[in-house]
Amino acid sequence: MIYTLCLVLFMVGLYGVLVKKNIIKIVLGLIIMEYAVNLFLIFLGYRIGGVAPIITRGADLVEFTKNSVDPLPQALVLTSIVISLGVIALMVALCIRLYERYGTFDITEMRRLKG
Amino acid sequence: MEILFVLLILMIVGSIIALETKDLLAAVISVGTVGLTCSVAFLFLAAPDIAIVQVVVEVLVLVILIRATINRDTTAISGDREFFGMAVSIVLLFVIFIFGIKVFNDLPQFGQPIIALFSDAPSNTYISRGLKDTGAANIVSSVILDYRAYDTLGEATVLFTAILGALAILRSKARKKQKETGNK
Repeated sequence: MIYTLCLVLFMVGLYGVLVKKNIIKIVLGLIIMEYAVNLFLIFLGYRIGGVAPIITRGADLVEFTKNSVDPLPQALVLTSIVISLGVIALMVALCIRLYERYGTFDITEMRRLKG
Repeated sequence: MEILFVLLILMIVGSIIALETKDLLAAVISVGTVGLTCSVAFLFLAAPDIAIVQVVVEVLVLVILIRATINRDTTAISGDREFFGMAVSIVLLFVIFIFGIKVFNDLPQFGQPIIALFSDAPSNTYISRGLKDTGAANIVSSVILDYRAYDTLGEATVLFTAILGALAILRSKARKKQKETGNK
């Protein structure tokens, strides 16, 4: 059920990418899709009643192994979030250049892009 | 975990508002709301490291996006795309949604991760031996900086390349302007 809601969030982002004509809206759709995928990967590693994967002083290691959530999706999503920042900066730079070239954010008016 | 349902519904509503509002600045701020809600959801999912990184990245993304949209005319978008393309998009979304729901049947239930089902999953090694092998109390940082350090190196490379690309795209404009003012 909670996976389905995450998929709905992804679908909202995909709808923005496919249907919207404003190029900033398309970038926003991509950002929303990134959030949905990151959240879904963290959902996959979650354990009901789990603790964060940080060993506190004096904690029992066997007990911790039974209760900790999965640290591997967290580490890789951390990487993914930071990379998404660079990708968004690149996309926004392209948008700014396109606006200066054509004077609009409307992708249907950018006909001269061909060829 | 009813709080997660509430947060996810808030994220979905924020995304729809962001995509449907006319004002670009309002759309960007709505996406900021979605990202910060995502950060709160990470906190409830026992992932404090990601919550912190998400907040920082979200603020930077907002700054970048507001830089792109502010002072630019709100381009009047007249109507939607043509009907045929719209219909194809909606059908495509529907098909992807159906297939996605089918896939969820094969996944383990929410709250029962792979490490609980298979005792020889790699994460179990990280959890049980991380402190002894690397000396880091935070297992996430021991995975990032020790077990999978090459992934982090690749991440730094990708980030560097993306920022370099953005700078190159933005700089050619400045050089052209310099030439134009030189001619005048």
